[in-house]
Amino acid sequence: MPLTDSLRDDILASVPSLRAFAISLSGNGDRADDLVQETLLRALANIDSFQPGSNLPAWLFTILRNLFRSDYRKRRREVEDADGSYAKTLKTQPAQNAHLEFEEFRAALEKLPQDQREALILVGASGFSYEDAAAICGCAVGTIKSRVNRARSKLSALLYVDGADDFGPDETVRAVIGGSGG
Amino acid sequence: MKDVKSQASKSAVPGKQGGLNAEIQSRIGHQLRAMYDDVVRQGVPDRFADLIRKLDASEANSQLGATGETKNDGRD
Repeated sequence: MPLTDSLRDDILASVPSLRAFAISLSGNGDRADDLVQETLLRALANIDSFQPGSNLPAWLFTILRNLFRSDYRKRRREVEDADGSYAKTLKTQPAQNAHLEFEEFRAALEKLPQDQREALILVGASGFSYEDAAAICGCAVGTIKSRVNRARSKLSALLYVDGADDFGPDETVRAVIGGSGG
Repeated sequence: MKDVKSQASKSAVPGKQGGLNAEIQSRIGHQLRAMYDDVVRQGVPDRFADLIRKLDASEANSQLGATGETKNDGRD
């Protein structure tokens, strides 16, 4: 499909979530934005292969994921960041409203195996269906479901179950109930 | 579907044996989205809007012969 105005707008509209996905995958703002840039270049270069009416975000996420998994490191300097300001924005912004808990969550997420982390993010944060997530990751729907389940169990173990031994169940339960409201 | 049963009985004992009770599930979902949306809320950095605009312009230029439009040429 040719790059129409509306398609271009739709691609731009996907940038915020592509960045969020890239940061979740790479755990690093600089790498993430390089990855997004590379994704956009790829997408535009291959726009003819996009099927009109199909899921554009899923198509873009697939490109980004494949790049992350293959050779984007080699290509990341292809287009230089002129002033580096976007990277600074990325690093300071989350820190401003970061609680310790937020950092802990991030750290726990980093500990998940790649397969599980991406499945959890696609389904739990990006809002893709299991079917779309499976298409993005090139695997069966059942595989995605089990990865998401394992990711949740592992995060729960890392964040809450271990903590329960340290602070006792009452603390944990109170923290959980207190935090989930609103 | 044994799994469902064993999970259900596990979650009756919060905080033990990796049981995923509803509160912990929703807490994980909450934090995951908070982390993600924190980035989403930053919108589209100029860098990417510029990139698309530039590529768009070069695409348009390469098709000038066909469309005859010269709007972006040499201006702006």
